[in-house]
Amino acid sequence: MTPGQRRWVFGAGMAGLAAFLLWGLTGLPGFGNYPGPYGDIINRVAVAQTNATGVVSAINFSYRGFDTLGEEFILFVAASGMAIVLRHLRGEREYAPTDEAVDRHVPPTSEAIRMVALILTGPTVVMGWYLASHAQTSPSGGFQGGVVLATAFVLVYLAGRFLVFERISPVDVTDAVEALGAGGFAAVGIAAVAMGLPYLTNFLPRGTIPGAVSSSGTIALISFFVGVEVGAAFILIVGELLDQTLLLREGSG
Amino acid sequence: MQIFPFVVVVWILAMGLYGIVTSRHLVHLIVCLIVVQSSTYVLLLAVGYKTGAVAPYFSDVPNHTPAVDPVVQALALTDVVVEAAVTALLLAFAIQAHKRFGTLDPHELVQLKG
Repeated sequence: MTPGQRRWVFGAGMAGLAAFLLWGLTGLPGFGNYPGPYGDIINRVAVAQTNATGVVSAINFSYRGFDTLGEEFILFVAASGMAIVLRHLRGEREYAPTDEAVDRHVPPTSEAIRMVALILTGPTVVMGWYLASHAQTSPSGGFQGGVVLATAFVLVYLAGRFLVFERISPVDVTDAVEALGAGGFAAVGIAAVAMGLPYLTNFLPRGTIPGAVSSSGTIALISFFVGVEVGAAFILIVGELLDQTLLLREGSG
Repeated sequence: MQIFPFVVVVWILAMGLYGIVTSRHLVHLIVCLIVVQSSTYVLLLAVGYKTGAVAPYFSDVPNHTPAVDPVVQALALTDVVVEAAVTALLLAFAIQAHKRFGTLDPHELVQLKG
């Protein structure tokens, strides 16, 4: 099929799909007229039940905790899957990347980039921990905090070299930390079962002040474990991709 | 005006699909898939929006202030994380495809297999 024909077939199909979608979506209550009742009910009861003022986190780590466990394992499996897909194939050796164009002058990393990356690293770590540990009070949580924490490692890579990235986040250690995060979430759930409660029941004391950092019981704990898991998973993913720049196929290099 | 966010949803979806169909590069194709998925964020947040309501965080507003639906926001969060994981995995496949076939053009990949 030529690209022109392809566009026509797509145009016809998409016009039909768009018409059906719009027809269906206009049947929904209009924008701004949320009909409820689930969101309204949760908004009314969540703070009293969990002492968490961040209702989105309360849903993610408590009401829908079991779904989030599955979601966390999607990330876990994806990071493992990447490691398997990008394993060293037969005939691949690890090289330091060599410059193919020998007559070209390669400028070193500019001082400005090093400076900005180094200045940002500390605040990024603080921001990541803050987000991962304040799921119960404000718009944050383990997922966001974990990604920000992983960014700090990428900044170190920008400021230095890949070898530094590998030294501060060795694959074995990162793997173990990722497993600890994923396992910690599951263990919190099993701890509730051991106490004779349903899986993932919020069994910890919930504090007295809604929105205090120490309130909300297992919501804060699970958010912390998720932060550890997500941070480690993203460091692994970035590491795997950077690792590919060191690979050359025998014969081609 | 009430239908406008839904028009945006369909538009983002259509643009992403157009990019996938006409893509000549696997990384471009993966980015287009992200665009397609972005339409679901707009749809989720549009469905849960309530005019004049606050965000579902009650740290500094009284408990019974009308707030938008927090369930769809939690779903959007899930959506973002899964997208990141899927993107990483697809990029890994793109790297392997380039290693095996020496090209990232989907059309040439088909020819090589045939």
